[in-house]
Amino acid sequence: MIAGIDIGSRSAEIVLLEKQKIVHQDRLPTTFEPLSQVRRLLGNVQPLKIVGTGYGRNLLTEADIAFPVETITEIKAYAIGAAFVYPRACTVLDIGGQDTKAIALMPGGKVAKFEMNDRCAAGTGKFLEHLAAVFQIPVPEFGSYALEGDRELSINSMCTVFAETEAVSLMAGGQNPRNIALGLHASVVKRTVNMLRRVGLKFPLVFAGGVARNPCIIHLLEKALGAPLLIPEEPDMLGALGAASFGESSAAERDK
Amino acid sequence: MSESYREMWEKLNLDLKAHDGLLEVLGKFYGDIYMSQQGRLQGMEYLDFVLSEVHGLRIQELQQAKASGKKIVGTFCVFVPEELTLAADAVQVGLCAGAEAGMEEAEKIVPRNTCALIKSFIGFKLARLCPFTESCDMVVGETTCDGKKKAYESFADYVPMYVMEVPQRKNDRDRELWKAEVLRYKEELEKRTGNTITAEKLKNAIGICNDRRRALQRLNRLRAAFPVPISGRDVLLINQISFYDDPVRFTGSISTLCDQLEERIKKKEGIVPENTPRFMLSGCPMAVPNWKLPYIIESAGAVVVGEESCIGTRNTRDLVDESPETLEGMIDAVCERYMKIDCACFTPNKERLDNITEMAKELKADGVIHYALMFCQPYGHEVFKVEKALKAEGIPMLSLETDYSMEDMEQLKTRVEAFREMTG
Repeated sequence: MIAGIDIGSRSAEIVLLEKQKIVHQDRLPTTFEPLSQVRRLLGNVQPLKIVGTGYGRNLLTEADIAFPVETITEIKAYAIGAAFVYPRACTVLDIGGQDTKAIALMPGGKVAKFEMNDRCAAGTGKFLEHLAAVFQIPVPEFGSYALEGDRELSINSMCTVFAETEAVSLMAGGQNPRNIALGLHASVVKRTVNMLRRVGLKFPLVFAGGVARNPCIIHLLEKALGAPLLIPEEPDMLGALGAASFGESSAAERDK
Repeated sequence: MSESYREMWEKLNLDLKAHDGLLEVLGKFYGDIYMSQQGRLQGMEYLDFVLSEVHGLRIQELQQAKASGKKIVGTFCVFVPEELTLAADAVQVGLCAGAEAGMEEAEKIVPRNTCALIKSFIGFKLARLCPFTESCDMVVGETTCDGKKKAYESFADYVPMYVMEVPQRKNDRDRELWKAEVLRYKEELEKRTGNTITAEKLKNAIGICNDRRRALQRLNRLRAAFPVPISGRDVLLINQISFYDDPVRFTGSISTLCDQLEERIKKKEGIVPENTPRFMLSGCPMAVPNWKLPYIIESAGAVVVGEESCIGTRNTRDLVDESPETLEGMIDAVCERYMKIDCACFTPNKERLDNITEMAKELKADGVIHYALMFCQPYGHEVFKVEKALKAEGIPMLSLETDYSMEDMEQLKTRVEAFREMTG
């Protein structure tokens, strides 16, 4: 059994894989003590090895963990994870806590090209989380709240702080807050579509990461791209799944 | 640190406290990035020494040169013809522009969205941190981008500024303009130094500069061996030091180092295992102590095998023709050599694309990492063309845009590691 662990900026996930079958998966917030969260995720399981990925992957190699640890980047992990669930996938979009990644795939889940957002969190999960707080709406409900808007107000700023300023001025101007929320979601989608085009978007497109749970982003993305998206049942598990799958195939390679 | 240095820095009107801080950070940074490497060549000790004395012994030498009546010329760009500077019995040094220093001060006289290199040289001056700048009798700028061009106007309030106009195209009339600029620089040097540039002196200076280029060309050939015998960051350091060390002494030391490299190559000894992914860097210059990206790349399990950059092959690829015997003929040869520079300030600049693809193939690079300084228009624009040219040759490219700050280290690491995974 191989454990894939994805330590992202906002949440940490584990997937246990046995002969290419998922036997267990779980998710916890990363917090400021990611390693104790990892220990909680591992519980009593005894994997042959752990493959770490995500922002905090190197913590695993430095930590005192009883199992062998390897690491891969989240780009490789999401590529493999997407190909695991959707073998015909050509492009992966992952919008996570503080990163947005667009990945063009070769057959078999190998990375052909990738793009990531710059150092700032505009257009990522953190952006939506921050603005949901401004609207005083729980994050899981922010998407459906925005979907109730009937007019997409234009938000031009790329920066989280300035986008908030824009939203506040629109509110002060008496605009329907749902329309403002819709505009904010649209600004994320606009950035994302540009990034997808830069890697040479081809369908099928897999949409993963925590933001793939947001119905408004899904709706606007499908509208902008004119094609349906493939969204895994557990969109934020794809990194951990890809890491575990990589671990199984590299172990199989060695046993040959 | 000897007391005489402190006295010297005080005389140069440095901010001693801030300067101590800078040296401390630099020393620690150097320790982490350079001294931590295993299996370095013995010849690198010279470079460690030169770097540790960058604001000490070298400045003392400059002060002694000044005392003997020599003039010190500071530059920021590979377009300033060092042959003429040396032929006028002056000393040419590249000025500090590779660290985040005095940024707040700099933003008082240039816009915030100015590249880190420009902000850095202004910051070093305004915060009184660079003993090179303070030693200069003349600072020579050049019109290679709008940022620099306009920044030099403001910088002229603080240093004895002189600006050369670099043309933007390479047609006959552009070459005429460049020659006029080279002649104007010659006259200015003669006026400021009181020395006449003779054919004999220029011939000697051309020899000195070409010898240094030949030594660096040899280094660049040797470093590309399988397995790679020297780290990319060490070669970058050597290139950086070539801008401020005494040229003759430097050439001698690099030749010794190259002899050691040949020994190592014969024994098939590598600084990294033979199957380590080989990346070539391309793009903006990395002024000392900007070692951020090579360090990230080499910490990610890859090795840098070439720098297509002004602090790299753009500065060393072309030699000045040594056959002319008359002063006029030599000046023409100097002009011609400098007009071969494939800087992104030219339009069109197809040569650079050809040079990049050729170099990547020669080095047997597994990929190219393009480095653009944030807000650098010329190189930022060329990223798209470079990627297209490399794609046509089947060579993968990763485009990175960053500055001197350390806040994006983790994001850069992830990208570089993913690129290594992708090309591996």
